Amino acid sequence: MVVEKIYGELCVTCNEQGYLTDLNQWTEEIGLEIAKEEGIEMTNEHWDVIAYLQDQCRKEVPLSIRKIGKSGVVSIKEFYHLFPKGPLKISSRIAGIPKPVSCI
Amino acid sequence: MENTITSPVTDKTDDKKPIKKMMLILSKATIDNVYACFILANGARMEGIESEIFFTFFGLEAIQKKKLEHLHVATVGNPGMHIPTMLGGLPGMEAFATKMMKSEMEKLDIPPVGEFLEILAASGTKLWACKLAMDMFHLEKEHLIDDLDGVLTVGDFYTRAQGDSTQLLFI
Repeated sequence: MVVEKIYGELCVTCNEQGYLTDLNQWTEEIGLEIAKEEGIEMTNEHWDVIAYLQDQCRKEVPLSIRKIGKSGVVSIKEFYHLFPKGPLKISSRIAGIPKPVSCI
Repeated sequence: MENTITSPVTDKTDDKKPIKKMMLILSKATIDNVYACFILANGARMEGIESEIFFTFFGLEAIQKKKLEHLHVATVGNPGMHIPTMLGGLPGMEAFATKMMKSEMEKLDIPPVGEFLEILAASGTKLWACKLAMDMFHLEKEHLIDDLDGVLTVGDFYTRAQGDSTQLLFI
C-alpha cells in the first residue's frame, strides 16, 4: 500500500511504514522532517551516513550493519550511537531508501 | 528492488507492549546453534531492543579465544544434515560439512564467529559467561574473549532480566 505524505510544502509517496517509495523525491528537508519524527537531531555525522546509504542504494548494493561498519564512514558502535532505536532501519527511512531486509 | 518488503508484518505499537529486552542463553557449541543465538541477539539490537547472552555449558566454546573459530556443525545425530549416521562419523566429514556451511554463511554476509562477537559487543549486546560452567570446565577469564562483560551466576542473570517486557530464550 502506498500513501501520500506531506513534509513541509512537499508531497511524497511512502509505504505504510513511512519509507519513501522513490529516492528521487527525497530532499534534505524531507530527511530532516523524518528525522524529527524519529526523534533524531541530525548532525554532520548523521548526514555522512545518510549520503553513504543513498550512494549504496543507487548502486543497488544490499545494506547490512556489517558492511556499514567496514565502510570507513562510521563504526558499528558510532552507528548505534547515532541512531539508537534501530540504526539501519531508522537511517534508511531518513535517507529515503527502502527498509533493508538484512538480519545482520 | 527485490530485497524490499512491501507489505510487512505488524508494526510496533505501544499498547501491545513491544519487547524491550531479549535475554538469550546459549548452552551449545554447534555452529548452527551459535549463529542462531548471535543472529537473534544482533537482530534485537537492530530493532532497538536490548539484548544479552549468557554463555553456559558448551556455549562457552563460542567465547573461548582458542576455540571460537573452530566450532563445527554436527553431522552425527543431526537429521537435518541428511547424512546417514554411519557416514557422518567418518573422519573429516564434520570438517567438510562445517566448511561448506561457513562458505554459504559468508555469501550471505554473515561474519565468522570472532567478528560476529565484535559486532555484538559494538552493538551494545551484553556478553556474560556462566560461573558454574566455567568452574566445571576449569576455565579462567583469560581464556575468554576480551569483549566479555563479566562472569555471572544464574541468579545474577535473572536479576538482569527484570522488567515486564523481557523475554528469555534457551538455545
